[in-house]
Amino acid sequence: MTESTHNTCEGLLGSLSDYIDGELGAELCRQIEKHIAECEDCRIVVDTTRKTIDLVHASNDPQSDLPDDVRSRLFKRLNLDDYLKPSAR
Amino acid sequence: MAETTIKEISIEALRNEDRAEFAKMVDAYSAPIYRLSLRMLGNEQDAEDVLQNTFLNALTHLPDFEGRSSVSTWLYRIAVNEALMILRRKRPEVNISDSDSSDEHADIHPTQFVDWGALPEDELLSVEGRQTLDDAIQRLPENLRMVFLLRDIQDLSIKDTADALTLSEANVKVRLLRARLMLREQLSYYYGERMKKEKSND
Repeated sequence: MTESTHNTCEGLLGSLSDYIDGELGAELCRQIEKHIAECEDCRIVVDTTRKTIDLVHASNDPQSDLPDDVRSRLFKRLNLDDYLKPSAR
Repeated sequence: MAETTIKEISIEALRNEDRAEFAKMVDAYSAPIYRLSLRMLGNEQDAEDVLQNTFLNALTHLPDFEGRSSVSTWLYRIAVNEALMILRRKRPEVNISDSDSSDEHADIHPTQFVDWGALPEDELLSVEGRQTLDDAIQRLPENLRMVFLLRDIQDLSIKDTADALTLSEANVKVRLLRARLMLREQLSYYYGERMKKEKSND
């Protein structure tokens, strides 16, 4: 990896999150894309950081249920026993 | 948690003490709040305490809820505060909301340059792969883990994450980058070893 200010490995690292989240302006994106076309290490860092975030999302199942006993104690604590039918989810 | 995946909750009905609507809200948000709490605290009993206290608190503060933020942001903020209280009690040396010198720069230099991103999805998400990822998230220092959980797992915006943790947006961004780079390093090491093993088996 090279060291200096922008359009470099150091510059890319500082803007990495914004770049991956699509929050960087067009000119900075262009600079980063030019840099990673020439710097294999930085291309790998960008790709694998993006993949890391994708994996976090993929492994986080939003439909996973609350354990039944935890749900039951929660409803009792909130005096909502009468709504304690099986979860609709 | 994307708002669209959750049934519409009427704030007006909640404020009118409509118990059925409150029960609907509890069912809609209890699973993600429990899961978030479990990841923040790593302990089932603590996570259940956070879950119960979050909704008890919500019930008490409903009259003050003006609906300026979404129901989910409001509930997550309560849950995060409850979790922080438990963390502070158990680990008084950790202060999530204080910025420290490491907040100035990301200061994590990648050392692993294994190109594992193109591995097939079923290999990346194998049982062992998921466990490695979960362990790596649990190993993040608390101040980074809280930011990472809210932003990358709960999908809160930078601003909502900053509000929930009483941090500046700049601090959130630096901590998020450090957390992402630390996880990337650990996954790179793990998948790199697997790729080496597969190569030697060929």
